[in-house]
Amino acid sequence: MEDFSLYVPLITVLAATWRMATPIIFAAIGAMFSEKAGVLNIGLEGIMLIGAFSGFAAAVHGAPIFVAFVFALLVGAVAGAIFGYLTVYLKTNQIVVGAAFNLLGLGITGFLYRVGDFGSSGIKISNPISIPFLADIPFVGPILFQHTPMVYLTLPLVFMAFFVLYRTAYGLNLRAAGDYPNALAAAGQSVNLHRFSAVVLGCSIVSVGGAFLTLSYTNQFVEGIVSGRGFMALAVIVFGRWTPLGIFGASLLFGLFFALQLFLQTISDAAIPYQAFQAMPYVLTIVVLVLVGGRSNAPKFLTVPFQR
Amino acid sequence: MSKHSNILEMRNISKRFPGGVVANNDVTIEVRQGEVHCLLGENGAGKSVLMSILYGLHHASDGEIFLRGEKVKIASPKEARNLRIGMVHQHFMLVPTLTVAQNVILGQYPAGTVLNMIPEVSQKLVELGRRFKLPVDPGALVMDLTVGEQQRVEIIKALYHGADLLIFDEPTAVLTPKEIAGFLDFVRHLRDEGITSIFITHKLDEVIAVADRITVLRDARKIGTVLAAETDPSELARMMVGRDVLMKLGDVRHDVGEVVVKINGLSANNSRGLEALSDVSFDVRAGEIVGIAGVSGNGQSELCLALTGLLESTSGSIQIDGEEIARLLPRGVAEKGVAHVPEDRHKLGVILPFSISENMVIHQFRKEPFSKMGRLLKKNISEYSRALTTEYRVRMRDTEQPIGDLSGGNQQKVVVARELARNPRFAVINQLTRGVDIGAIEFLLKKILEARNKGTAILLVSTELEELFAVCDRILVMSGGRIAGEFDGGRENLEEIGMLMATDVAS
Ligand SMILES: Nc1ncnc2c1ncn2[C@@H]1O[C@H](COP(=O)(O)OP(=O)(O)O)[C@@H](O)[C@H]1O
Ligand SMILES: [Mg+2]
Repeated sequence: MEDFSLYVPLITVLAATWRMATPIIFAAIGAMFSEKAGVLNIGLEGIMLIGAFSGFAAAVHGAPIFVAFVFALLVGAVAGAIFGYLTVYLKTNQIVVGAAFNLLGLGITGFLYRVGDFGSSGIKISNPISIPFLADIPFVGPILFQHTPMVYLTLPLVFMAFFVLYRTAYGLNLRAAGDYPNALAAAGQSVNLHRFSAVVLGCSIVSVGGAFLTLSYTNQFVEGIVSGRGFMALAVIVFGRWTPLGIFGASLLFGLFFALQLFLQTISDAAIPYQAFQAMPYVLTIVVLVLVGGRSNAPKFLTVPFQR
Repeated sequence: MSKHSNILEMRNISKRFPGGVVANNDVTIEVRQGEVHCLLGENGAGKSVLMSILYGLHHASDGEIFLRGEKVKIASPKEARNLRIGMVHQHFMLVPTLTVAQNVILGQYPAGTVLNMIPEVSQKLVELGRRFKLPVDPGALVMDLTVGEQQRVEIIKALYHGADLLIFDEPTAVLTPKEIAGFLDFVRHLRDEGITSIFITHKLDEVIAVADRITVLRDARKIGTVLAAETDPSELARMMVGRDVLMKLGDVRHDVGEVVVKINGLSANNSRGLEALSDVSFDVRAGEIVGIAGVSGNGQSELCLALTGLLESTSGSIQIDGEEIARLLPRGVAEKGVAHVPEDRHKLGVILPFSISENMVIHQFRKEPFSKMGRLLKKNISEYSRALTTEYRVRMRDTEQPIGDLSGGNQQKVVVARELARNPRFAVINQLTRGVDIGAIEFLLKKILEARNKGTAILLVSTELEELFAVCDRILVMSGGRIAGEFDGGRENLEEIGMLMATDVAS
């Protein structure tokens, strides 16, 4: 039989992998829409924070979990509309606006959290749903079939992203808006409208990724709860070569490192400080960018405002 | 419709751009159903603008358009396409990362379409390709296609959306000679299929090869429409380049000084990697102006860039006073006493947002008296620039205003002043008078003569024969990247030079 001492931790780590990857999948898929259309949003961290906070606030005030997610999605859409208006129509530098969103997200959620009354008991988060029969399969069951709904939802999300980008007229237009917007304009379509819509759509999804952290992962809001996942999502998009499937895979790798990091912290002795493990996903981010950065598949007009 | 009915009439079209450029001046053209109609003219004659008006990209200031007998207003390319007009642009409107089929349908879906219909589009493309003898692979990525194949995608895109009047803007400029032959065949085939083509070009041999009728534009005006069967290259060349006669400004000199510039077997590629300059050899002597005549795009640009170190030559040598400079960088070349008045003033001649003074010392600001230990001496720079702008009668407010505020002619005066003030050994001057008004043209040409008389060796490249006749001691004709002939600088050789310009030795 298996070596029991390794079997259990292995399951623990792998079961946490998909869960840990989920917020990154949402954030990266959302940002991918906007990047595909040519708008780089480095403000993911801020928008995830806003999503995390708004979902949490809704839940504290009695909204069912599902409604809280929808609320976070709408708030994300509003944030996206502001981001899109500034970058697409006013052509403000995308990096600057993105950086501002990160600061704003941190400031606004921190402020509201302190002035508002959110109790200290946290909220009742969604429970894992065990898929009948499948959940009972040894090894595979706990890894794949005992998760909260949002984790499962990443699968239709990735499928939806793929379908929209590669099977619809709208998706074709989006890709043109990012790779050679003049051709889209020459065909009589509004580049700006396509970009704006992609940013709004994208930010809604990013915001849901943030809400996952307060509604399905912990049951509390903490300042800075996103802790770098927004930036990792940016790296994941590069690593996933701007494709939904690639992003899914790359996110799982990051999820694995998060899970590993948690596990190693619990078993580590004092010889290695736990901060060393905590740093693993962040180190991975840098390694990925260094390795993949050069041969990238980025949309050619990423960050370039459309002028005509 | 009868055989000679007009599919298109553009009547009394004028186009004035804000800022005063008149691109079309009372132009009338008639295009017959099913013909290949060439629009011929020098660079800047107004051909692209005229066709952009037809395609809805620009709006005419005056004039009317009749299409298939009906008066139409064309406000946008979309409306032009609805009227079954298609345009193949000089710069393709294709997304490199998308496939052929995706590019064909991009942005032009029937209203309410959700799915991208790629399978249907692909199938229709294969059928169209068979009918028009224009095979395309609907699944190929555009970035994997050659330029010629990309052009086919543009054409089939127009045909896919139902166009039966096709506009080609300089379609052969991007093609290799072999592709050009195939393209001309294809245009004839389109005619057999009942498609009307308007074909913009400035290459005479192509016009003769493919056109039914030819309309010549010059300086925004229509010069005339002629039947291809009843004309010849030299008549067309005359219609194209004819110009108000400039007086001969200086004598032709034969008693010139020692050889300053020796160019031997020089070859270079253009930005697309095709050979644009082939085995060019000639000398320029001290106190001599050598003119380079030729229809634009025959290697003149590459010659000037190679001589000034801005383009790496593929073979051959360039010697200044016996010293090889072909491998030097632009600054090194400039330091050997080579001056350059470039063709593309805004890209290579001046820095638009910088002041007149700053532009004036752009070669010399590192040295005294213009700077000291890395600090610019503004007072000296301004003084220097004030003296030169006065000498050259530059019209401006003061020397510290951005050069971008000046008119084209005044900008050119600054460039010429800067370049000639250095007393260069050799001056490369390309399209001196482009965008310059008549008064300033004569002034600048006189300054060039002054420099010659002081002993500078001068290479004057121009598509305006009259400009060359006015000052040159010798004229070389370039065609297909080669020197096709050499003439004395008098205007008695006009006919022969025009003929040589018209024949492309490469094909
Ligand atoms: N958008 C524009 N704004 C101002 N001037 C223009 C514009 N487009 C073209 N022109 C000018 O109009 C003239 C004719 O240009 P064009 O039709 O492109 O010439 P060509 O015959 O070489 O195609 C040129 O002097 C050009 O500089
Ligand atoms: Mg043109």
